[in-house]
Amino acid sequence: MTPNPISSRIHGPILIVSAIFLVVVMPCLNSCGLIADFTLNLWGKYLCYGIMAVAIDLLWGFTGLLCLGQALFFSLGGYMMGMHLMLMIGKLGQYKSDLPDFMVFLGHTTLPGFWQAFYSFPFALAMVFLVPGLLALVFGYLAFRSRIKGVYFSILTQALTYGAALLFFRNDLLMGGNNGFTDFRTLLGSDLRIASTQRILYICTALLLVAVVAGCKWLTKSRFGLIQRAIRDSENRVLFSGYATANFKLFIFVTSAMIAATAGALYVPQVGIINPSEMTPEKSLEAVVWVALGGRGSLYGPVIGAVSVNALKSWASRAYPDLWLIILGGSFVLVVMFMPNGIIGIPAQFAAWTARRRNRDAATAASPANRVTDP
Amino acid sequence: MSAKPFLLAAEGLNKSFDGYQAINDLNFYLDEGELRTVIGPNGAGKTTFLDLITGRTAPDRGTLMWDDGKHDLLKLSEYQIYRLGIGRKFQTPTVYNDHSVTENLVLSLAGSRGIWHSLFGKISPLQRDRIAEILDIIKLTSHAQRKAGTLAHGQKQWLEIGMLLAQEARLLLVDEPAAGMTDEETHRTGELLLSLAGKHTIVVIEHDMTFVRQIARNGKVTVLHQGHVLCEGAVDQVQNDERVIEVYLGRKSKAA
Repeated sequence: MTPNPISSRIHGPILIVSAIFLVVVMPCLNSCGLIADFTLNLWGKYLCYGIMAVAIDLLWGFTGLLCLGQALFFSLGGYMMGMHLMLMIGKLGQYKSDLPDFMVFLGHTTLPGFWQAFYSFPFALAMVFLVPGLLALVFGYLAFRSRIKGVYFSILTQALTYGAALLFFRNDLLMGGNNGFTDFRTLLGSDLRIASTQRILYICTALLLVAVVAGCKWLTKSRFGLIQRAIRDSENRVLFSGYATANFKLFIFVTSAMIAATAGALYVPQVGIINPSEMTPEKSLEAVVWVALGGRGSLYGPVIGAVSVNALKSWASRAYPDLWLIILGGSFVLVVMFMPNGIIGIPAQFAAWTARRRNRDAATAASPANRVTDP
Repeated sequence: MSAKPFLLAAEGLNKSFDGYQAINDLNFYLDEGELRTVIGPNGAGKTTFLDLITGRTAPDRGTLMWDDGKHDLLKLSEYQIYRLGIGRKFQTPTVYNDHSVTENLVLSLAGSRGIWHSLFGKISPLQRDRIAEILDIIKLTSHAQRKAGTLAHGQKQWLEIGMLLAQEARLLLVDEPAAGMTDEETHRTGELLLSLAGKHTIVVIEHDMTFVRQIARNGKVTVLHQGHVLCEGAVDQVQNDERVIEVYLGRKSKAA
């Protein structure tokens, strides 16, 4: 885990260059026509996943809380944004009604009360934070107060997201049922189907990713970060050092939920659809795999994991549709077996390996017995 | 009951686990500034007693009052009890292995335990000096940046004592500090505890009789047996007590 001096010296520049590349260079290349609109849009999606992966890492890698329901917070953020986007379609929908199409289809004639306020973008944006944040607050309060930890916490979060998915599949929740929301037209007056709007959304996503990684970096470097990792390694000791660990865990859980929610809110206008399949346990598990592959407890690893797995998925599911799941499963097994610190741990692992080899070579060269036996 | 206020007063404590009576009608009074040694054979309830004081387990019956009856410890949770100034060193050294020695002490420093403070609070020069001072006391100055997990067993024990010092605890509960130490380290640990007595109130649980004689030369020794106080007094008095010899020292010498 200890970084060697060379890699830690090039660490900072690499990060700055990658950040500039994602935020500035990619959109510039796109506007010059060197990167296809489709590709940039795909990257926007990857980076949303990257943000969610960082949120999971903050919980799992740094605090030892494996949440298998992070996709729920991601989707809730997406749904809140989706409600606003649905209302912005206006009369341009199939039924030429002010109501979202699915409501007309279900026979509704007036907009339900809880939808009204979503005409306002600031309100929708506030809900992106508040709804997932409140859910995390209530669930986390109950779980941490009862000292639910380890695998029990993971199972409960999985049950939570499964329950929520079942709820959202129901038509009478008035959230679009299993079709969810789609056919979005405009956001803040800009047409979502033109490249320049999508480019701006991409830039927002890349900026948010950089901000989230930088913010989490600061958080984990503070004394709060020390307490976080202490809770992960020895929660009882932290209690006996006078810290109310439940409050700390709750703070992290809510923060992580809100980070995932903002990623979801940016995901929906770029991907153009949100439905309950986004909040199933499988989606959450997949996100945990990205974090494990990239390297947990590192903040950058999860981003690398999310982007590379999803890029691999985009490619493999087209090139080898039948083999895609085997490829994902196989790479997961490989990482677990040979790369305990994930992709981000490879340089350190390689450095340790060469150092071992050098030591062994030095030892054999120094040993006179070897020279004698060598013919 | 004496008129003098007690720092800690336990009365009529009972705790059983699945029918096993770990603590049986225990009465225990501690004065401020005392260095009290608690001995007793395995299963006498020594560690359970510390668990009760620190809120790790709740007793079936009895009372536990702190600071002349000002606080009822049974109503408080672990971290609240800690904040009253009760620090504990566990039997097996429990430090934050992935943190450096200094970071271990930083986390233990007295002061706010809130989230806000942990995010924006800075370490004052005064606290920095205090850390340097503690590092010197526990002889870990040259290991300040090492990860605690890589320390030797005895050093971890000291680090944990250092963490109690950093928190400026009024009462230090020290569970078998000499376990796994060399004779020289044990002796130095004893000197350290003796030097802290007076400034802090200390309860030491110990098995090693040489060590007990060293640290209990001015203080009282309490002998626990089957969750009950068998006798209490100066170390010589306790060692010559017929009942103690029978249940504890005698059995030990027979085994040896």
